[in-house]
Amino acid sequence: MLLAPALATILAVVFIPVINAVLMSFQNYDLRRPSQIRFIGLGNYIAVFKDPLFWQALLKTVIWVSAGVGFQFVFGFMLALLLNRHFFGRGFFRSISLIPWVTPGVLIGLMWRWIFDGNYGVLNDLLSKLGLIENNIPFLAQQSTAFPAVILTIIWQGIPFFALMLLAGLQGIPEELYDAADVDGASLIQRFFMVTVPSLKNTIFITTMLRIIWVANSVDVIFNLTEGGPAYSTQTLSVYVFNKGNALNLGYASTMAILLALALSSVAIPYLKKLFKSQEEAL
Amino acid sequence: MRNERMLRLQRVLRRLLGNILLAALLVFLLFPFYWTFVTSIKPEKELYASVVTYWPKAPTFTSYTRLFTEYNFLKPMLNSLLVAFFTTVISLTVSLLAAYAFSRYRFRGRKFFMTLFLTNNMFPTVLLLIPLFAIMRKAGILYTPTALILSYTTFTIPFSIWLLNGYLDDLPRSLEEAAMVDGANRAQAFLKIIFPMLVPCIIATGAYVFMTAWNEYTFAVMFTNERNRTIPVALKNFIGQLGVEWGMLTAGGIITIIPVCILFFFAQKRLVEGLTAGAVKG
Repeated sequence: MLLAPALATILAVVFIPVINAVLMSFQNYDLRRPSQIRFIGLGNYIAVFKDPLFWQALLKTVIWVSAGVGFQFVFGFMLALLLNRHFFGRGFFRSISLIPWVTPGVLIGLMWRWIFDGNYGVLNDLLSKLGLIENNIPFLAQQSTAFPAVILTIIWQGIPFFALMLLAGLQGIPEELYDAADVDGASLIQRFFMVTVPSLKNTIFITTMLRIIWVANSVDVIFNLTEGGPAYSTQTLSVYVFNKGNALNLGYASTMAILLALALSSVAIPYLKKLFKSQEEAL
Repeated sequence: MRNERMLRLQRVLRRLLGNILLAALLVFLLFPFYWTFVTSIKPEKELYASVVTYWPKAPTFTSYTRLFTEYNFLKPMLNSLLVAFFTTVISLTVSLLAAYAFSRYRFRGRKFFMTLFLTNNMFPTVLLLIPLFAIMRKAGILYTPTALILSYTTFTIPFSIWLLNGYLDDLPRSLEEAAMVDGANRAQAFLKIIFPMLVPCIIATGAYVFMTAWNEYTFAVMFTNERNRTIPVALKNFIGQLGVEWGMLTAGGIITIIPVCILFFFAQKRLVEGLTAGAVKG
């Protein structure tokens, strides 16, 4: 009964639209040609599988998610541990290190666009002052640098999320566990792997999974940096869906969105199985 | 003796290394904001000069005054606040109940429902956008804050359920069982034992929900009109046909971040207080 309010909301505002989307994926639902909308069976799916841009976007998504979430997690964990020590002004530093995470995606995209700018960008200026480059690099305008640049931006944005969640989790670890490890003569690294990581197992599990899904679906950062360009070099699957949706080809967009959701489920289901197993063991 | 000195030296070095790492991370995380601020107080001429300056030669706040006089930026700020506040309250109430049920009861369909809540987040928001638009229009709540709050809860509730469920699973159930042996019923055990220990996690989750609602752009641009548009939409409006108005945009960005920073500073304090008061201390 505790579930009822959550279920009602979700059913009303999620499942009806999702069913709608599934239906749209079987039609050539293009709002630019509303009179021609009809069922075309698997037509959209066949077209998507023949679309080289779809496969390229899928590959980009895999790189985007693994590099993005991987570095976010490593640096976020580092930050959480560093902020968990006792030092003067800890609360202040905890607060300010979270600011990237409370910043709207639109603003993040635009801020970094200004930093990466080829003419007036501060990154170019810094690199040339350090003597690393001779001529300004138009980071977002050339294919070789645009994708690393957007990945750097998403890493920057996600570090505080992991730091906050892991920091909250760290507080729940009973002090005795560390005392016991000290008695056993554990080194710092041993303490980390024998006490910290196992105690945070569930938190790590859930935060990384949520983050994978979130990053895979995120549109606003890339869209405001590059809109998927130049020459589709930063177009992940979700950005591709968004661009197609913007172009009002809703049938095609829905098809890709459903495929993306299926792909994400294939990542999440082993995760879930493991989670349920560890919960049953805890019983 | 020598061994002890070595140990102390080691500890000092470790501390130093930690501080250097922390400083490097903070510089990386905060520099873009410094740069945004500097941009916002640069006069137009200096913004597009051939030499990049790290502090403006002639700082000016014209962008800020224009923001509130010409663009009436206070209005989108209040709209964002309203939407984010109600989204947070509704999401936390609903998902705390659900997360508790998921964590402490084993019932038929549990896995199914948990998976359901999760898969809901796998759908790109763009996919929900078009059908939701039609539904909101039929219900007659399109272009009201309610439409936004409702659509935000569709992704904040599942997220919160999962986060809170994770925290709850990390709390040993022996705690409330002990209270129930002592004669408390389940509701009492929850309120007296679990809830206080969960406060830091609820704050963390609530902060997450608030920020999601505060920052969301795609739904906001579709479900609002001139009267109730939120901050991200207002910011995006500084991008005109001729290019980006960097001065206005960065000024708007700084104004957006300041209230959130203040809020966070207090949430942070609560977080630490809750931790020291409620944490498992044996």
